[in-house]
Amino acid sequence: MTFLQVTLFLLEGFKLSLLIFAVTLLCGAPLGLPIAFCSMSTFKPLKAVSKVFVWIVRGIPLMLQIFIIYYVPGLLFEYPLFAKIDRYFFLEYGISDTGRIVAVLLAFAINYACYFSEIYRGGIESISQGQYEAGYVLGLTKSQVFRKIVLKQVIKRIVPPMSNEIITLIKDTALANCILVCEIIKQAKELAATQALVWPLFYTGVFYLLFVGVLTIVLGRIEKKLDYFKS
Amino acid sequence: MAFLEIKNIKKSFGKYEVLKDISFSLEKGEVLSIIGSSGSGKTTLLRCINFLEFSEEGTISVDGETIYDGGSLHKYTDAEIRENRLHFGMVFQSFNLFPQYTVLENVTLAPKLLKRGTTEEIEENAKRLIEKVGLSEKINFYPCQLSGGQQQRVAIARALAMNPQILCFDEPTSALDPELTGEVLKVIKGLKGKDSTMIIVTHEMDFAKNVSDKVIFMADGVIEEIGTPEEVFDNPQSEKTKNFLQKTNEI
Ligand SMILES: Nc1ncnc2c1ncn2[C@@H]1O[C@H](COP(=O)(O)OP(=O)(O)OP(=O)(O)O)[C@@H](O)[C@H]1O
Ligand SMILES: [Mg+2]
Repeated sequence: MTFLQVTLFLLEGFKLSLLIFAVTLLCGAPLGLPIAFCSMSTFKPLKAVSKVFVWIVRGIPLMLQIFIIYYVPGLLFEYPLFAKIDRYFFLEYGISDTGRIVAVLLAFAINYACYFSEIYRGGIESISQGQYEAGYVLGLTKSQVFRKIVLKQVIKRIVPPMSNEIITLIKDTALANCILVCEIIKQAKELAATQALVWPLFYTGVFYLLFVGVLTIVLGRIEKKLDYFKS
Repeated sequence: MAFLEIKNIKKSFGKYEVLKDISFSLEKGEVLSIIGSSGSGKTTLLRCINFLEFSEEGTISVDGETIYDGGSLHKYTDAEIRENRLHFGMVFQSFNLFPQYTVLENVTLAPKLLKRGTTEEIEENAKRLIEKVGLSEKINFYPCQLSGGQQQRVAIARALAMNPQILCFDEPTSALDPELTGEVLKVIKGLKGKDSTMIIVTHEMDFAKNVSDKVIFMADGVIEEIGTPEEVFDNPQSEKTKNFLQKTNEI
């Protein structure tokens, strides 16, 4: 196999890595919000449920969560729901009619939502009570205070930890190969098995590095944009 | 009936009674200073007046209208509380400026959100207030680019922008370096006038003596002494007041 052929073959896998990355970010980031608000709720049962949920999801290896989400529904129910969804959306990704991709996406979105929720919570709780009170005594509503005063300060504070998490995420996508989803490392292993080529496995690192480089630049820009004020 | 009537305010945190039956009144245009040792309940009193805390008993009346009755069974809605707060302005010890907004934006934010006029009117008024506190040159600066004294002056302009009937200050100079307290006190003094009623919690005895029409000395959640500055400072009746004034004089 030529270098170009290997590159293209790996790129096929990296497309799937990027898909997992994008879906996790697009679903996990918003999903983290309600979890964060539940964790801060003054309604004790809701808060307790949310805290226990976050504890479990953050306390179990992501790989194990992928196994659980992939295997457990099949053990419980006859209907192959994940496989149906897989066939509908992800047919182009090779062995994708088995519900593997859906299981991976679900596991990643839930897992990262929990991590994000803790970052949100930390950010929101770090804003001093004085900021809220200054808004209230001016006659502003709770929602105005949150949207116009607190939110931007929270965003500024969560950008660095979110950046960390996002960079970790692209590397975590490699975990998908534990249930044989053809992300880039699985593709490289495929080459090792069928073509007796080992170097593509190491070559995959370049893909990650390039993407992390781009991410670092973009996230750095966002951070810089919020540099104009201190809080 | 006086312009501001505070009657029988009681406030506890758990079992600990912080304010025990506070009553006083204030006429329009008067300046009241509240002095007293740490923990005597001065901040808590201001917070009750601004509805950041709610007293379990007692009433607050402004201009003849009872806006709050802690003893009544009426459950105040968020909207009512906001309405009530608009009677008062508050300047905090730690400024609490909004860091992501410029000086001008800090002053215009609330009037704009609450639609207190056209954008031009609001900005013109804000610029006038910023000039009044001597910060016209810093109008587009962010709070982190200002000194503590300048930040506190912005906070004063921000409070004034909502045109409160009674402006409260909670130790406005306590967080400042000594050389910066003067500029802030000067601004506050400059606000004195027939239309501006003010309540100032302060540890600056000379200032209190100078600027006030009325002085309250608080101790352990009660008003130990109330009177004109001359009465309280030069001829205190209560032992506690005498002790307190003696201690502050020694420093
Ligand atoms: N949220 C609260 N929960 C419990 N106790 C409180 C709370 N706020 C104030 N206290 C207590 O109430 C008492 C009065 O506090 P307050 O802040 O009103 O005093 P202060 O006169 O303003 O003192 P200082 O001069 O130090 O500012 C203190 O003993 C304080 O510990
Ligand atoms: Mg205080």
